[in-house]
Amino acid sequence: MTRKGVAFAGAAVALAACMTAGLMVGAAGLPLKGVVLALADRLPFVEAHSGLTPLETGVLFELRLPRVLLGAMVGGLLAVAGAGYQGVFRNPLADPYLLGAAAGAGLTVTLVIVVLGDGVGVPLAAFCGAAGGVLLAYGLGRTATRGGGTATLVLAGVAVTSFLTAIQTFLQQLKVEELQRVYAWILGDVGGGWDQVVMCAPYAVVAAAILLLHGRLLDVLSVGDDEASSLGVRAGRVRLVVLVAASLATAAAVSAGGLIGFVGVVVPHAVRRLAGGSYRVVLPLSLLAGGAFLVGADLIARTVLAPAELPIGVVTAFVGAPFFVTILRATRKVET
Amino acid sequence: MTVEITGVGVDLGGRPVLRGVSAVAREGRWLAVIGPNGAGKSTLLKAVMGLVPFDGVITVGGRPVRGLAPRDRARMLAYAPQSPLLPPDMTVHEYALLGRTPYIPYWGRESARDTEVARAVLDRLDLTGLAARPLERLSGGERQRVVLARALTQQAPVLLLDEPTTALDLGHQQQVLELVDRLRRDDGLTVVSTLHDLTLAAQYADDLLLMSGGEAVAAGAPGEVLTEDLVTRHFGARVSIGAGPAGRPVVHLRRPTT
Repeated sequence: MTRKGVAFAGAAVALAACMTAGLMVGAAGLPLKGVVLALADRLPFVEAHSGLTPLETGVLFELRLPRVLLGAMVGGLLAVAGAGYQGVFRNPLADPYLLGAAAGAGLTVTLVIVVLGDGVGVPLAAFCGAAGGVLLAYGLGRTATRGGGTATLVLAGVAVTSFLTAIQTFLQQLKVEELQRVYAWILGDVGGGWDQVVMCAPYAVVAAAILLLHGRLLDVLSVGDDEASSLGVRAGRVRLVVLVAASLATAAAVSAGGLIGFVGVVVPHAVRRLAGGSYRVVLPLSLLAGGAFLVGADLIARTVLAPAELPIGVVTAFVGAPFFVTILRATRKVET
Repeated sequence: MTVEITGVGVDLGGRPVLRGVSAVAREGRWLAVIGPNGAGKSTLLKAVMGLVPFDGVITVGGRPVRGLAPRDRARMLAYAPQSPLLPPDMTVHEYALLGRTPYIPYWGRESARDTEVARAVLDRLDLTGLAARPLERLSGGERQRVVLARALTQQAPVLLLDEPTTALDLGHQQQVLELVDRLRRDDGLTVVSTLHDLTLAAQYADDLLLMSGGEAVAAGAPGEVLTEDLVTRHFGARVSIGAGPAGRPVVHLRRPTT
């Protein structure tokens, strides 16, 4: 088997293993055999007796399964969006978190919680905020440099992030009593249940499909805009399409799971190390590995301090931040 | 295919970089664009490739490049910039295959024929042994050949090469220029290249275009363009020009005697 084949098989196995573990482990432990049989029983034309009690079956299908699916979806989306941004900006550190998406969503969600005082509008607000944040950073980056220099775009993202975070903090301080709810959302959570899964899925499918179909063109863009143009590719148009798709993926992930950092930069980078730099491989592998990574992180988040739960964003940051520094060092070495 | 440049002007950031440049690169011949730093040589190549907006008319094989769809243009003109961006972990084969981009539909992927063309080009440039190697692990001479391979995979009748010998030692400069010359003769390619080394330009090019301050100041056979008077005036250098191999001029720097 080729290196790519091994990598794909490995990512698929890791995802399956993390998801199975995610279904079994928790306050009430479920046996592997019971879980497998109960899942098989739900398939059409299959009759299987899982031996699980009705309570256990309820835990499996109403709590664990949506949680694992949402985790896999959010993780996969954040990772594939990160890989997409990295291709567009030719910057291995580009990440949904870094480009104003997270800050935009943070602001709009805080606004909804503070002004409306309830959680009804949160998903929609997160969606609009994430998309708005990235578009703001993109627009600012484009006007700052004619033709859109790549470093400028990332710096614009940082500026937008600081600005939006400042407004958000201001709003937060106005209503100190809502602070805890805002924080809970900011730190991320994939326990939203079937509602969140159903809401997130259509956007996830569309965004991921568009991103996966642009792997070849992102490879062309990686040789620079002038050469991509000389090869007959409209670089600006490809960049815009990928940017919109990655932002849609980010918005879907953020609205369903809150602000979970570092998945978008850690996963694509690890994938690149293992399977080479072609976006045709990096994008689909990031989708799989990102899902595995986040389901695994969620597993840690809800077992480490059991029965209390750790916010999942804490786990990803704990793993991701040191990793980020490693990438930064490696990138600097290449440049000098 | 003949490239015809007529009255081309380019403004970059409100500053005129090229003014009224006219030149012809005839089919199957090598036109070298020479001139001091900042003369607008690279910009002229970019204008031909359609990478910068320009006034005036540029035609390739009689068709104005301005109206061409990007993919059609990419099938007529292949371009190698002065310092190409080589993604460190892309392999030589993957990189060469990028040259097939103008033949692949937007949502499509490479056909068996595209892979075969890339393989044949690598074979022709003695790069087959390096096909699986990542670009970051190539020497300067190998990189230049790999960039050339990508341009050839494009199978365009016109090659635009911006300083193909920068940062190469003497032997590798000769190797690359010999290679371009061989390909030009074998395939009937039209080559337009900028070259900063005047003697090398005189050795390899059929025609020279001397640019200075954004204008074309002389054009013709090497012997006509490389005169002591013109080089002194436009490069601000003290030189003596002698006859080299095959009657082509050789430029020597002359150290001022104290």
